[in-house]
Amino acid sequence: MGAKYKTEPLKCWDKAKEIRLNYYKNFATAHEKGGLRWAGGAWSFDAIPAGLGDDVYPLTGEPYGAAVAFNKDFALKCHEAVEKAGYARDLCSYMRNYWGSILLNKYVFGGEFPKPDFIWQDHICCSHAKWYQVVRDLEGKDIPMHCIDVSVGPYEELTDNKLDYVVGQMHDGIEWLEAVTGRKYDDEKLIRAVHDHCRSESIWAEVCALNKTVPAPLDEKTMYSLYVHGTLNKSSKIVADFYEELRDEVRDRVKRGIAAVANERCRVMSDTQPPWAFLSVFRYLEKYGCVSVGSLYTFGLIGMWEIKEDGSWGPRKTPQEEGIEIKDRDKALRILASWELNKPEWQHFYFPQLKSEMMIRIAKEWKLDGVLLHYNRGCEGLSLGIAENRLALKEAGFPVMSFEGNMGDEREFDEAQTMTRIDAFMESLDFEKDVS
Amino acid sequence: MMEKFKEWYQKRHEYAQEWKNKTGGKVVGYFCTYVPEEILYAAEVLPVRILGSHEPQDVTEPHIFGMYCPFCRDCLAQGLKGRYDYLDGIMIAQSCLHIRQTFTSWKLHIPIDFSYYLPMPNNVQSKRALPYLTGELRVLKEALEKWTGRAITDEDLNRGIEIMNKSRRLTRELYELRKQPNPVLTGLEAMYAVVASQMVDKNNYNETLQGILEKLPQRPVEKDSKIRLMILGSENDDTKFLQMVESLGAIFVVDDHCTGSRYFWNEVTPNQDPLEAIASRYVERVPCPSKDWPERTRMEHIKKLAQDWEVQGAIVIQQKFCDPHELDIPATIESLKQIGIPAQFLEFDVTVPLGQFKTRVEAFLEMLREEDLY
Repeated sequence: MGAKYKTEPLKCWDKAKEIRLNYYKNFATAHEKGGLRWAGGAWSFDAIPAGLGDDVYPLTGEPYGAAVAFNKDFALKCHEAVEKAGYARDLCSYMRNYWGSILLNKYVFGGEFPKPDFIWQDHICCSHAKWYQVVRDLEGKDIPMHCIDVSVGPYEELTDNKLDYVVGQMHDGIEWLEAVTGRKYDDEKLIRAVHDHCRSESIWAEVCALNKTVPAPLDEKTMYSLYVHGTLNKSSKIVADFYEELRDEVRDRVKRGIAAVANERCRVMSDTQPPWAFLSVFRYLEKYGCVSVGSLYTFGLIGMWEIKEDGSWGPRKTPQEEGIEIKDRDKALRILASWELNKPEWQHFYFPQLKSEMMIRIAKEWKLDGVLLHYNRGCEGLSLGIAENRLALKEAGFPVMSFEGNMGDEREFDEAQTMTRIDAFMESLDFEKDVS
Repeated sequence: MMEKFKEWYQKRHEYAQEWKNKTGGKVVGYFCTYVPEEILYAAEVLPVRILGSHEPQDVTEPHIFGMYCPFCRDCLAQGLKGRYDYLDGIMIAQSCLHIRQTFTSWKLHIPIDFSYYLPMPNNVQSKRALPYLTGELRVLKEALEKWTGRAITDEDLNRGIEIMNKSRRLTRELYELRKQPNPVLTGLEAMYAVVASQMVDKNNYNETLQGILEKLPQRPVEKDSKIRLMILGSENDDTKFLQMVESLGAIFVVDDHCTGSRYFWNEVTPNQDPLEAIASRYVERVPCPSKDWPERTRMEHIKKLAQDWEVQGAIVIQQKFCDPHELDIPATIESLKQIGIPAQFLEFDVTVPLGQFKTRVEAFLEMLREEDLY
């Protein structure tokens, strides 16, 4: 069976690449412009350091680790350097890619590894705070570090006491930022960044919701190159504006019936970060006319969702859309904390069933034929409860294929075996390969 | 003299069932030592720590991905095999993600009357942790009151504090005896005592230990001195390993495990608000590495233990895949090295390869004895 639908490249693709490369370049060259560099996680509340000025540039560890993973040879060197330093090879592979870059003093985007002026991190899993504790061991204890613990439980159980704990740490963080940088903090910049943060995450969800359409206007492999901006600097105007442009283009694709995969006849979703060095897996699926339309990971790590009047999942209204006025620092921080604690790809840290319910919802609303679960040895946080998710999806009637791998360490991924599993899975679903 | 602890450890289920029959009370199984047992004692509920059985098993594979630590899977296996069927409730205090899955899968698949997740703060070095935890303990107290149908008064809480503090004081006394040049108890016996204390009514434990402490100092000791070791790292109740090492002319004199000293080291300092006093103890206790950031405060504690107990060498163990400890191991080995204490690292699983480990430990002990081949 050949192409059923029209397809075409994304017009904003080059812009997506440019924003990402500028981000990494800006971090490396921040000092040349008199600016500051901070390192932290993709989950960090990046809207807060934004209050220090427009010349404060972040480097978030997870997407950096993924960028290293994409470069298999460099990733291997990083892993070997980290193991030589005495660290276990089963630790988070993003973290090991990051530490390896420090040990080798090589920035994957060229040049020496740039040392941050301060560390601004969130603690979400066993590794997040410890990741940067080790960074200080390797790069110098003189790097000041502030880390916010967000582990207060699922959003549905959020109370004032829990929110106060997170917001209190944010307030302390602002005082700390002023002390370690010597800069005066600007609440207006914080408020603007909080608005852009919410705007980015709501619009990204809108983009993902457009993928309910048959044929899907986007495939997951492409989405990986787009959701990443939200993991880099979601509170920046550049990212929020870019997501608006992307949303408009994807809307247009839907209107014109443009497909990501021209021979789409089978729809699946994946789960957790992919094995970055083997995104060819997604191209292999296309031989069966199979498009991966996303995952809770691509939809819900950055996208913020809510249940709409018709009972379906759609983008969460931003505080501005809800008519909430943010007038001061405390209000900005409360909104930011509460918004982030509602992140879909966070709830499962507390109960796998919360994730299973969201996955089943996606499987129904995005009209899926099956699910590919990546048992990701590289991330204890996002693989948490994955075996229970498998049981729940099967019980709900969705065929599941699981495969083991590692998002950042190719030594733990068997490409040939995964392709063979895909063959068996597709055959079990009665899909045949296109004859080329 | 110390056999009672071994018996309690080995017959933990029989003990708990008998306790229930005798008292008609409720038993709660808990998964992490950040669970404030003071409040459970105040509610007249018996807290028992759920540990594994060190047997190979195949029942957890559908529930917990094999990259999580063998300890969390071994604990879940006990529940899935029905060995804890007598429990009325389960409880966890937030610590690592691994053991959290044991709690959630238990809740999903094993019928239980009461389950409670205490969102114990991880940022214990923040000034925000104490008021937050105090508030959460208030919520826990209310949940227990609702479940048991009885009010928990300040008097009850102070009684719970006293039971726990007494147990801590007595166990510290037991550990003090291990400072002697030829300690009157082995590391294995000390391990049995601490893990038994996590499984039985502390009132029974306190009474028994008090009696033992009166006689123990007079216990005859071997004349030959042994190599003094410390053992530290992840959860560890691998009694076979300790027995093997202590059969090689070595003795464990101190530890840093949540199944050992970290469990009982700090007491609650009573104040007018018992819940705040309890919260303060758990925020300030010797931390699990999952909560020991941004500064590694545990390292100074470890060094002090090693020096005060005149340790000659350390065995650093880690449950396979235990991220929090893995993240601290290079720093731990370096800290010990700073004070001249060599360390041997070993990775534990549900069962350990005793033969291989024996060879490695023998080589380590030879190095400590500075034995020459010729």
